[in-house]
Amino acid sequence: MHYANRKSLALAASLAALLTVAGCHKKTPAPPPPPAPPPAAPAPTASITATPDTINAGDSAVLTWHTTNATDVSIEGLGTVASSGTQSVKPTQTTSYQLVAHGDGGSADATATVTVNTPAPPPAPVQESNIDESAFEAAVKPIFFDYDSYDIRTDAQSTIQSDANFLNQHPNLKVVVGGYCDERGSTEYNLALGENRANAAKQALVSAGVSPDRLRTVSYGKEKQFCTEHTEACWQQNRRAMFTLDQ
Amino acid sequence: MTECPPKTSAFYLFFLLAFLSAAATVQAQDWVRTGTNLGVAKIRIAAADLKPASIDPLTGGLKSAFDQTLYNDLRYAGIFDVVSKSMIPNTTPGSPQEIDLAQWAADPSDAAYVAFGQISVSSGRVAVQGFLYDTHNTQNPQVLGKQYSDTATVQATREIAHRFADEIIQHLGGVPGIAETKIYFVSQRTASKEIWVMDYDGMNERQLTHLHSIALSPRVSPDNSRVAFSAMGRNGWSIRMFSLDLNRLVAFPAWGDTTLSPAWSSSGDKLAFSSARTGDPEIYTCDASGSGVRRLTAFRGPDVSPVWNPRSNAQIAWVSGRTNLPQIYIMDSDGANVMRMTDGGYASSPSWSPNGQFLAFAWNRSYGPGAPGGEDIYIMDIASKRWTQLTHDSGANDFPSWSPDSRHIVFQRETGGHTEIWMMLADGTDQQQLTHGGGNTMPNWSWK
Repeated sequence: MHYANRKSLALAASLAALLTVAGCHKKTPAPPPPPAPPPAAPAPTASITATPDTINAGDSAVLTWHTTNATDVSIEGLGTVASSGTQSVKPTQTTSYQLVAHGDGGSADATATVTVNTPAPPPAPVQESNIDESAFEAAVKPIFFDYDSYDIRTDAQSTIQSDANFLNQHPNLKVVVGGYCDERGSTEYNLALGENRANAAKQALVSAGVSPDRLRTVSYGKEKQFCTEHTEACWQQNRRAMFTLDQ
Repeated sequence: MTECPPKTSAFYLFFLLAFLSAAATVQAQDWVRTGTNLGVAKIRIAAADLKPASIDPLTGGLKSAFDQTLYNDLRYAGIFDVVSKSMIPNTTPGSPQEIDLAQWAADPSDAAYVAFGQISVSSGRVAVQGFLYDTHNTQNPQVLGKQYSDTATVQATREIAHRFADEIIQHLGGVPGIAETKIYFVSQRTASKEIWVMDYDGMNERQLTHLHSIALSPRVSPDNSRVAFSAMGRNGWSIRMFSLDLNRLVAFPAWGDTTLSPAWSSSGDKLAFSSARTGDPEIYTCDASGSGVRRLTAFRGPDVSPVWNPRSNAQIAWVSGRTNLPQIYIMDSDGANVMRMTDGGYASSPSWSPNGQFLAFAWNRSYGPGAPGGEDIYIMDIASKRWTQLTHDSGANDFPSWSPDSRHIVFQRETGGHTEIWMMLADGTDQQQLTHGGGNTMPNWSWK
């Protein structure tokens, strides 16, 4: 019986807290404690913080809480937890985590809110049928590689990010990631190296949030050259990963 | 890798020869013994022009085709010192009764053996009688006496000459000749890269595929029934299979995933290849039907261009970029016992000699960013890792492929922006250009 009473009390407190925080994402002060418990038992205390309190979608925050004089501690949404502890959370939208501590001396609660910055909603959904190859290639730029390397260079990171942004705004577009090599060296080895380049570019886009299902790699090795002079400037143009519409 | 002894010996040899004012050329490859009579004294042999024995108007043209083909076959064989046409007796003996052996044995011909015979054409058929005589064996001079008949075409007559040449080479050289072998290659003379085939001497070129895409890396099966190659398709690179019996493409799994560079085992029941099905190119093997795929390597970076040890099929050589610039490696055919063979530079395109002893490959020992081409063909004795350079200062050379007699190597050479197919003896001598124009690459010598 005692247990059931406590349970309903916790439920009531939770509901009250929910009503309190509804519509307000700021940290709210604890509601007034319920009617004084028997004087013998000290009143529980509860505190909770979220670090950081503002995150981007997909990132995580760490909740840290501490209670005293509590026999039953829970966090709304996470269930029963230890009297003190930390836990990593990964909310997809702004969420308030309410810590409720019950003890013989009554109950206490505290709330921490994690504000989630959602990316700006895609502007007026673009009609993807309007994107032709030239528009696509103007928006999604190639990246270039060092000699005999398929590592993504630091100067390619911003290109990958803007390429990924465009692709994330046009989620229905499918893309061929082509890997290319300069004219030097073996035909077969360059085809394998071109595949490594295409795959490195694909993985970079996937890391930037593009679904791998939309990306298909093809190696052109040294079979297709963009520049045909035998100079380093030309070879650099030809060592690339390039993106084209997969139609 | 240890210091390469040939260089050292060539160095001393040079001074020795300079000191003696010798006119002989320096043989830097003096340690190379392919075990197939290269490097031993060459047999002096003469080929008399055939005697025309019919009045059919085709006779003259077919006779010329035979004479030219036989002469080249003996010259290319690598084991003969073929008497120049200008030094042979001015006679055309058509039969044993008509030959005066002393005349051929004497200066300037000085031949140890002489090939001769006659050709006749009638009713659209050509008939050739061919003889090989030992000029110093007056008691029993006949080594070979052969008769051939076929349709009266230039190509059929050339094939008769190849068969007769191979008989002579087999008898005097002890190893089957290569005059009837074929070379598969890539040509872009039709704008797209397609698979072609020609006779080993560069004649009789024929287009096999018409994919209007990019077809590369032809590798003929040991029984001459199929050509495996890789081609660009809708899903990227896949292995394709061309049947030489049916003269068309036949089914083979189109895996995509940048599947490249197929290679037959000498038993004909396995293929090795490179595939990026994991996202990283690795070496795999499968059955001839494409089933039973098995992965052999697991290293970051390109792994490509496998070839089997044709002697045992127990080892595979391939090219790996695991330490950046590509190097040649060898492993057991189950992926164990990986061993690096080259010590630096840019090494690619291994070919394993049929006798199992050598790797031929392309190597640019001073390769680096901005370095010009200097890609040459090398061979390496696998047991000792000793290597020697076969091509020098003549364009960018790649894709060596051994002849079945382990005496010859066919390769591609790019000079002045044009790539053509060449062959040479396995000591680097007697380099001959086989193709002329149109962009020809990636030769693969048939197994027989």
